[in-house]
Amino acid sequence: MRGRPLLVTNYADDQAMLKSTTQTVMAGLFLLFLVCIPLFAPGAIGGGESRIPGPTFLAGADWLKLLSELGIFAMAALGLNILSGLAGQVSLGHAFFMGLGAYTAAVLGSGPGALWGVGLPIWVWLPMAGLIPAAVGIVISPTAVRVRGLYLAIVTLGLVFIGEYVWRNLDFITGGSQSGRNFPALQVRLWREEEALLDLEASGTWLGFLNLSGEGKFYLFILALTVLFVIVAKNIQRSRVGRAFQAIRDRDVAAEIMGVDEFRYKTLAFAISSFYAGVAGALLAVEVGRTIPEQWDLLLSVEIIAIVLIGGAGSISGVLMGSAFVVLLPRLVQDFGNLLQQSAASGGVLATIFDPILSTGPGDFGVVNLSPGVAPGLGILQLNTLIYGLLIIAFLIFEPLGLYGVWVRIRNYWKGWPFTY
Amino acid sequence: MLAVENLEVVYNDVVLVLRGISLEVPDGSVVALLGANGAGKTTTLRAITGLLDIHEGEVTKGRVTWNGENITDLDPSRRVGLGISQVMETRRIFGEMTVDENLTAGGYVRGGDTVIRDKVYSLFPQLEERRRSVAGYLSGGEQQMLAIGRAMMQQPDLLILDEPSLGLAPRLVQEVRDIIAEINEQGTSVLLIEQNAMMALSIAHHGYIMETGKLVMDGKPEKLLADDDVREFYLGIGGEGDGGRRSFRDVKHYKRRKRWLS
Repeated sequence: MRGRPLLVTNYADDQAMLKSTTQTVMAGLFLLFLVCIPLFAPGAIGGGESRIPGPTFLAGADWLKLLSELGIFAMAALGLNILSGLAGQVSLGHAFFMGLGAYTAAVLGSGPGALWGVGLPIWVWLPMAGLIPAAVGIVISPTAVRVRGLYLAIVTLGLVFIGEYVWRNLDFITGGSQSGRNFPALQVRLWREEEALLDLEASGTWLGFLNLSGEGKFYLFILALTVLFVIVAKNIQRSRVGRAFQAIRDRDVAAEIMGVDEFRYKTLAFAISSFYAGVAGALLAVEVGRTIPEQWDLLLSVEIIAIVLIGGAGSISGVLMGSAFVVLLPRLVQDFGNLLQQSAASGGVLATIFDPILSTGPGDFGVVNLSPGVAPGLGILQLNTLIYGLLIIAFLIFEPLGLYGVWVRIRNYWKGWPFTY
Repeated sequence: MLAVENLEVVYNDVVLVLRGISLEVPDGSVVALLGANGAGKTTTLRAITGLLDIHEGEVTKGRVTWNGENITDLDPSRRVGLGISQVMETRRIFGEMTVDENLTAGGYVRGGDTVIRDKVYSLFPQLEERRRSVAGYLSGGEQQMLAIGRAMMQQPDLLILDEPSLGLAPRLVQEVRDIIAEINEQGTSVLLIEQNAMMALSIAHHGYIMETGKLVMDGKPEKLLADDDVREFYLGIGGEGDGGRRSFRDVKHYKRRKRWLS
């Protein structure tokens, strides 16, 4: 259909991953940008200072870590999106499965020491970190698929509390609340040999001319895995299974009348979502390096739910936008605070504008407090939490479809404008 | 008198559903609003009763007036107080309350009044027999009657009914029709939205026909019933050639326009 690029004439085209040339090109360029981020650092290519031109700050260790975390949270949220967004089952238990994945990885991947560890290579522990939670998800799901809505939320809430209790008491695995435990490094080995084939946490040179930092390598690994998980999730969504999930979400009784085995598909949704959660949990633990059992608590679950809701439940691009929003927002608020601080210190026009909202000393009242403990007002951290909470509330009220909904609305507005009478 | 003037409604900032609708419901009359599915009948009704907000809809042009007063931006609950009462599509009775409690809830704006209640029960003797049963266990016909009765508890000046014949057996449709006629005789104006054109036009004083967000025809029921297009598309009678029943869509657009306008 030349000249009618947006005219879709069959279902396959309609469900295509990339629907138009523009979309393909944009996605490709964006992916290329993401791959190139570690190469923005000075000296990344060959010797000297040569690098790919781009925002250098992104290639700094802190931003690379942040972006890796974004990828990990996106993976976890993709899992919850399949369960809640597609199959419509509310779950507060995501943190439990993430914790389960993390400790599976720890036991299988860490070498023998004070805590239980088997010391197997990554190609064993990483898949197992997904498979064990998936299996547990299947075992637990019969209790969960019997209840709906709010009741299911409470059942899965119980899971988080049981999980936290178990982790605290299995101190030969988790290290207990006091010390926690270390997690295996991201190193690729054939089996248990000393020298790693590929160390994704130490800086080094790839292909003879790419100088990458440890964070850069870690980031690239997470990026590859996230892309893989996105493609799998997208394919689940547009397949027979995904349609069955959505049928159950929209009207479970009608789905059963169509011959969709409700029990089986709910179980499957739990299993897939737990797999995603487990892998993400393992990677999160590896990225942080050392965690205590209390990290896998309700707050983590809520954070993942927030990602799905802010992004837009049921949409994969929404989940990615939501992860970016939730993971990057604290950093942006912090940077904004620093900006405030600098401009307040440097004087000038900006300082005059910001002065009423800043409090810099004991006598100075303002909403934002730049010298904690001394002056009145909110510290940057408190401000962060406050903005975060307000944004979640605002999203649920004004745009229940999330960031993705905002995008779709803007797009459709321009497609439909002006109205034809 | 209810008057809708040049009303235009957009859903979600994106979908234009009503493209300039004007209609009137004079005091004491029954007005029927007919149209195919998706023509915008229910949207018109939402604009009149103020339920557009929760469906992300917005009146972008035109206005709705009630006895000369502009009520376009009024709260739905305020409009009930002014005497406009709606029976929603698919009934929406309070399933876990008894029949009596449903009626009490219906009288919320006017206060509980046993006189009104008895009047409602005299309209629906069947309901009185079941006044203590849980509403969710009533049959479809009884639920429809309860929904109408609940709206009548507000003693409205204007009763708006959205597809009261939906899912009812032919005999019950007749019964509901007679009740509507009786309600009208007692002095309430009625705006009737229907798929069942024969039923609606048999009691209406005036009829409007909608198509894709516009009014394409209006007039006395006799005139509408005599119209070839109405007979063909709404009543399923006749049709030219060897036709039999045909869908709206099969008729060429230009042809349809010409006939509507002639």
